[in-house]
Amino acid sequence: MELVAYAAFFLTMAMTYAIISLGLNVQWGQTGLFNVGIAGFVGLGAYVSAALTTPDAAERIGGFGLPIAVGWLAAVVAGGVLALGVGLLTLRMRSDYLAITTFGIAVALQLVFQNVESLTGGAFGMAFIPRPFAGLQGQAFAFNMVNLALTAAVVGAVYLLLEHLLRSPWGRALRAVREDEIAAQALGKNPVLLRLQAFALGGAIMALAGAVQAHFIGFIAPGNYLPMMTFQVWAMLIVGGSGNNRGAILGAVLVWAIWALSGALISEIFPAGQQARAASLQIVVIGVMLCVILLWRPQGILPEVRSVSRHLGRRTKDT
Amino acid sequence: MNPQAIIDGLVSGSTIGLGAIGLTLTYSILRFANFTHGDFLAWGAYLTLTVAGVLGGLAAGLGAPVYPFSFGWGLPLAILGGVVLTVALALGLDRILFGRLRARGADTIIIVMASFGASMALRSLLEFIFTAKPAYFTKALQIAKPLGLGMRATPDQLLVIGLTLVLVLALHLVVTHSATGRAMRAVSENPGLAGVYGIDVGKVVRVTWIIGAGMACIAGVMAGLLVQIRPYMGFDLLLPLFAAAILGGIGSIPGAMLGGLIIGLVEAFAVQIVGAEWRAAISFVILVLVLMLRPQGIFGQRGA
Amino acid sequence: MTALVLDDLRAGYDRDLPIVKGVSFTVTKGEAVCILGPNGAGKSTMIKAVAGLVPCFGGRVQLDGREITGLPSHELVRKGMGFVPQTENIFTRLSILENLQIAAQLLPRQDRARRIEAMLAMFPDLSSRPRELAGALSGGQRQMLAAARALLNEPQVLMLDEPSAGLSPKLVGQVFDTLRRISDTGVTLLLVEQNVRAALGLTDRALVLVDGQLAHDGPTVDLHDGKLLGELFLGHRAAETRA
Ligand SMILES: Nc1ncnc2c1ncn2[C@@H]1O[C@H](COP(=O)(O)OP(=O)(O)OP(=O)(O)O)[C@@H](O)[C@H]1O
Ligand SMILES: [Mg+2]
Repeated sequence: MELVAYAAFFLTMAMTYAIISLGLNVQWGQTGLFNVGIAGFVGLGAYVSAALTTPDAAERIGGFGLPIAVGWLAAVVAGGVLALGVGLLTLRMRSDYLAITTFGIAVALQLVFQNVESLTGGAFGMAFIPRPFAGLQGQAFAFNMVNLALTAAVVGAVYLLLEHLLRSPWGRALRAVREDEIAAQALGKNPVLLRLQAFALGGAIMALAGAVQAHFIGFIAPGNYLPMMTFQVWAMLIVGGSGNNRGAILGAVLVWAIWALSGALISEIFPAGQQARAASLQIVVIGVMLCVILLWRPQGILPEVRSVSRHLGRRTKDT
Repeated sequence: MNPQAIIDGLVSGSTIGLGAIGLTLTYSILRFANFTHGDFLAWGAYLTLTVAGVLGGLAAGLGAPVYPFSFGWGLPLAILGGVVLTVALALGLDRILFGRLRARGADTIIIVMASFGASMALRSLLEFIFTAKPAYFTKALQIAKPLGLGMRATPDQLLVIGLTLVLVLALHLVVTHSATGRAMRAVSENPGLAGVYGIDVGKVVRVTWIIGAGMACIAGVMAGLLVQIRPYMGFDLLLPLFAAAILGGIGSIPGAMLGGLIIGLVEAFAVQIVGAEWRAAISFVILVLVLMLRPQGIFGQRGA
Repeated sequence: MTALVLDDLRAGYDRDLPIVKGVSFTVTKGEAVCILGPNGAGKSTMIKAVAGLVPCFGGRVQLDGREITGLPSHELVRKGMGFVPQTENIFTRLSILENLQIAAQLLPRQDRARRIEAMLAMFPDLSSRPRELAGALSGGQRQMLAAARALLNEPQVLMLDEPSAGLSPKLVGQVFDTLRRISDTGVTLLLVEQNVRAALGLTDRALVLVDGQLAHDGPTVDLHDGKLLGELFLGHRAAETRA
């Protein structure tokens, strides 16, 4: 029973990562935009939703006790708006300027989480974030199961939405721009506008994931949104298969499993004093894995189903 | 305003500028934003520390501080070793990772991503080997001497500023006046045409890594000497480095240096107003302002 | 004596989509050959593959009897191959002198200054302001600099991709006069050209490339009245509509 409860907990966490990974897939997989500030977008969603839904607390502003759904919605809006701003600033320029700027966004937001204590609770973070189905909290099994179902439903909804968009004219235009910007432009598509829309949509989904995760755990702190997270999500999408929504979900579960197992392994093998140090080996492993996949199987486990490339009569460079 | 901020800004700006040189060169010649560059600074500092430890074991006298500085002859010697090792690290990484991706014709952004993955791995490897505990080149304490106008500086700090200026000037002369420098500028404009002109582009790429990693190592040692050595020191400098390279204009060595000094000075003055806890955000604000107002930077030739 | 041999050369940007689909011909030393063909036929791709800028998927290329297939471009320059690309053929952010200095770097130290002088003497337009940025040159002057750069290394085979593109008739005359002088010194010339009339005075032999394959190889004068050329090009159109 305990094992099943743990499995449910594990899967729920993996599902929250799957949402982030799906958001990244819109930006990277479909559009080719490199976001190095994922943790910032996720954190923003978590903090916005938490600030709106937590009960009033003496030591900080916010705490409106609003329903969870309102928090999630606000997170989506906040993530979208932030992505829109970043996109307006950089999407006209070379692709790596976006990478550098998003990296900076994450650093800056991390500082906001840390330092604006009156809003975010500072280094201690925010607790008492309302959890969905809190009434069931006494029964661990049922509670974990309904939460898993809820999170999986969010993943499913996002997945269906994205698959629908992918097949819509908008999705085709998006990939046309990614494959051959000049040709797409000649067909009357506006590449900057399309990229901006995709980046905002991806940012909104990431922030939603942050909110879902925050409400599932019930507690957030700046330390949850380090560059580490950005890096994990990248590994997830690249392993699973960028451009493929099912790949994004599969990668999230897989990499999260590798992460959890290697973490457990380290706490078995290494003495307590050495564990923090050994944990850095986990990151080394994922980093090397990311590079190895980029070198030898850049399409990931589930490669993208290419429809546009065929139209253009050209194959992609990475196969 | 506390005039001491001028000295503090120039000192940290020297480190940032020196580090940004490698970043701006790899950006203009290899054409990608290299996220591992910050880690070259950290690795440079740790590798130098290791060499210094070995040297100290061989000859104890090398560790004794040489007046007026806080370190002995061992450190300059160790830097030589550290530079060689850091360069080897960069060339090795190019051989096994970036070079292969280039040869395959991978998109720039794939290479940027690989550099991001390698950066996480390199940084965590440092943490694993040396632990997160800060390390120091020297235990000697230095007294800051008054310079007039309410400013004080330690001999180490003045040495860092002086050495940086000498290095940057020398490098600038090499790039503007030597055949190697001409070849570097040619490759940064058009690598394919460079081959047609008879330039061995692979060699230019190697020279770029050698200069970039060498400067990164020295910058890392300076940062380690003036503050402390931590596995995350390079990562924390990454945003200031990018901001300096873009502010100065991608590809410009004097630009990177000037950008570094500006960022160092702005940081030093701004923390007096907004508080030291916001230091890391200052270079981000500068970066955003540059992207909005002058994306090609101070010395940049073309729009990015 | 053969200067350049192409043997069933296949090349392109993607292995599954070759642009040059098996081209064979031999150029004798001192010969001047022009390559004609409709837009997109693969002329530039073929010449770039010979120059080491585009991957070869099959076949062989020989320069002066030595196998050079797939060698990187900077090594070919050392072996006596000179190439002037169709576009972006000079470094605009370097000075005129620096452009020549880069090429001179391959020569023995004592010859460098002399060869640069010789090139500046050959192209008076360049010698008046050698320290100016090459980006400030006009279209014709750019072609001159590009040719001067390639000639500086005294190549055995000089390949030029549409040196007359975008030039006024007067300038075309100038460029071709220069090329004729070069050809007269015994340099083997390979010229991609759209302008048949201009090519006529300079080259003895013409190759016609249609859709990545050789459609004709014969004396340039045969193409004089444009009838044969029209048929060859039209053949290409017909094939295209059938496909
Ligand atoms: N860098 C490239 N990548 C992919 N395909 C290319 C590239 N350059 C050219 N092509 C394709 O190769 C084919 C042949 O082009 P090429 O430039 O060799 O023609 P060309 O005969 O020189 O034409 P033109 O007379 O217009 O110069 C064209 O279909 C073109 O689209
Ligand atoms: Mg052409």
